[in-house]
Amino acid sequence: MKFWDWPFTFEILPMLAWASLVTLEATILGFAIAAVLGLAFAIGRMFGPAWLSVPLAGFIEFIRSTPLLIQIFFLFFVFPEFGISLPAMTAGVMALGLHYATYCSEVYRAGLANIARGQWEACTALNLTAFHTFRDVIIPQAIPPIVPALGNYFVALFKDTPLLSAIAVLELMQTAKIIGSDNFRYTEPITIVGLIFLIFSLAAAGLIRLVEMRLNRRIRRA
Amino acid sequence: MTDIAKGPAPAAAPTGSPMVRFDQVTKSYGAFVVLDQLELDVAAGEKVAIIGPSGSGKTTVLRMLMTLEPINGGVIWVDGEPLTSMRRNGALVPADARHLRRMRGKIGMVFQHFNLFPHMTALKNCMEAPCTVLGLSKAESEARGRELLVMVGLGDKLQHYPAQLSGGQQQRVAIARALAMRPKVMLFDEVTSALDPELVGEVLNVIRKLGAELDLTMLMVTHQMGFAKEFADRVCFFYGGKICEQGPPAKLFGSPENERTRQFLRAVLEAT
Repeated sequence: MKFWDWPFTFEILPMLAWASLVTLEATILGFAIAAVLGLAFAIGRMFGPAWLSVPLAGFIEFIRSTPLLIQIFFLFFVFPEFGISLPAMTAGVMALGLHYATYCSEVYRAGLANIARGQWEACTALNLTAFHTFRDVIIPQAIPPIVPALGNYFVALFKDTPLLSAIAVLELMQTAKIIGSDNFRYTEPITIVGLIFLIFSLAAAGLIRLVEMRLNRRIRRA
Repeated sequence: MTDIAKGPAPAAAPTGSPMVRFDQVTKSYGAFVVLDQLELDVAAGEKVAIIGPSGSGKTTVLRMLMTLEPINGGVIWVDGEPLTSMRRNGALVPADARHLRRMRGKIGMVFQHFNLFPHMTALKNCMEAPCTVLGLSKAESEARGRELLVMVGLGDKLQHYPAQLSGGQQQRVAIARALAMRPKVMLFDEVTSALDPELVGEVLNVIRKLGAELDLTMLMVTHQMGFAKEFADRVCFFYGGKICEQGPPAKLFGSPENERTRQFLRAVLEAT
């Protein structure tokens, strides 16, 4: 038996390419949830009333301190006990999004804390509502400096998507495992999956740098 | 913390009310009393300069008026209405958000460090609040912002970001931004203190222009004694959380009665 079988490689490539779309979908949806929910967590924790900020802080610590795999299992296997049955992909995306939202919220917190007091005071003096203060003044200034940190979590979330194979989402890892067990060959599928992850990660890192440069350009302009 | 006076609350606005009235206003941080039972009336259209050594509470006066600092006692009246409290069934209760926003709309403030929004152009800085707070259309708020920036001499810098402007230009944008809300009272908090000396003049000229052209009540904390002397209708010398001496500039600078005022003016004079 050869170590590497090229014909087999080309045979399985389309299946893996297809599966990579599922991985990308889970990554993008998961990160969209993480980015939005993370900001809400950060604002709630920093500026919310005590009845909100205290439980929220506890919840964030709880999620951050427990493994993502357990959270995925919980949403997929335990929620049905409470009458909430989620499709595997939905449960997986929600778990990824929630888990990374707690990490992102810490990043947002740092970004928000860095806004000079004078900016808030100018908003008060101009009589802006809390909504406009956040939407037009605070968030546009808080985000550009934290794009690299958010980008790291984007890549980290992407690399955690193989965990969804544990609940049989047909993403890259699960597809590679199926190909491997069907053909008794794991070298090619697992290697290709690794390479696909490498290529996507590098591409994502490049993309993040571009976004970062674009966002910071306006403020750095001097 | 509210500005409700301890003891019986005044149920009605003071008669013949001035534009701004500090009625026994007290402000403290823990045990440290910043302002002690402050009494100060400012008539509509009057220009009051506030001078004094650092830590005398002069900036706090403006910050309380802009609702940036809560007060611990007394009542601030603006345009005949209590600022951070409101009347309900004849008594004064802490103001709700709506009342606060309505009252804040009467006041504009310019800060020592400009506090412009760095991610917005000069024009956008002036349009943000008229658009979102006053509900003006984009065209209306743009016209207003443009007009004010021209007035402060920045008609050619509309699309510049704050980082592309000098300190003096940034401060003039900040003045235009505050004016865009059409306040009745303008507060200037050491607006030239963060500027290089050669840029002070252009900002003071704009303030002179406002004084001449607009019917604004102005309170300014300043270290520019020459400007205070020439521009203000009245100068208040603060010391230790109280108004130590006040009067027309000619009187206060020419023949101050209080020993502390004399000491302060002598020290300032030596420094310049």
